[in-house]
Amino acid sequence: MSMSLITFYLFSAILLLSSLMVISTKNPVHSVLFLILAFLNAAGIFVILHAEFLAMILIIVYVGAVAVLFLFVVMMLDFKTSLEKDNILQYMPIGLLIGLVFIAELVIVLINTRLDLSNIQILSNPLDNFSDQSNTEAIGSILYTNYVLYFQLSGVILLVAMVGSIVLTLRDREGVKRQIVSEQVDRKGKIELVDVKSGEGIDI
Amino acid sequence: MIELNQFLILSALLFSIGVIGIFLNRKNVIIILMSIEIILLAVNINLVSFSYFLNDLTGQIFSLFVLTVAAAEAAIGLAILVIYNRNAGSIEIEKINTLKG
Repeated sequence: MSMSLITFYLFSAILLLSSLMVISTKNPVHSVLFLILAFLNAAGIFVILHAEFLAMILIIVYVGAVAVLFLFVVMMLDFKTSLEKDNILQYMPIGLLIGLVFIAELVIVLINTRLDLSNIQILSNPLDNFSDQSNTEAIGSILYTNYVLYFQLSGVILLVAMVGSIVLTLRDREGVKRQIVSEQVDRKGKIELVDVKSGEGIDI
Repeated sequence: MIELNQFLILSALLFSIGVIGIFLNRKNVIIILMSIEIILLAVNINLVSFSYFLNDLTGQIFSLFVLTVAAAEAAIGLAILVIYNRNAGSIEIEKINTLKG
């Protein structure tokens, strides 16, 4: 067995086990932590596939942003994990049946099929054109030229997601005292001009 | 050398684990969101492995876009979850039956 095969089996075993733990643990915090482990191992798989840039993006975006976002939400929301009645058994048989049929079909098809990709001539960005460049350089050189429209559209998607999540979670609370600067500096109605006769003065 | 089929089987297993997670989960929506992330990860592994074995870079570009959409989806989903929890007081799936579905 070659070294890359051993690493592949190691990474994929940990990936599958940790994603099983994600869907089976009771505690959502544990689920998020196992999700992070799964993402890290998927990054390892990507490195085996010579997609170094995507592996690093996976670690930065998923582990650094998405999983931490999940962790924040899980820890800030105080959802009462109802331990009283656990009727998972109601849906367990049919769910497991559908899942196992799904797995069996996919895996049987994939085991029995031998995909021959050697004579496929539909390549649009063959890697041979970028043989003297690193993976990041190659991705950048076509992402910012051939795919620049899609790149900008994904930026628009992120903008819409940002605006949407801010709008969804923004709310006005009752009874919060805020500083209103215009009211604070407004002198109208708060000062009074009085004519004072000379030599008399006024009562305050 | 690792063959393409091994990556495809890994990705199929990961995809099925995500689908089973959606089926079996009756507790809270956040696990369902994580299952969707697992499914998108499986799709990404598929795209990248085809990119490697076809010797073509397009799969990696597409995988990058899938990653972007997944991040946006996670942000929106968690925002919806937060306001749902604020309004209904719970995110248990069995209690989400407003539509009587």
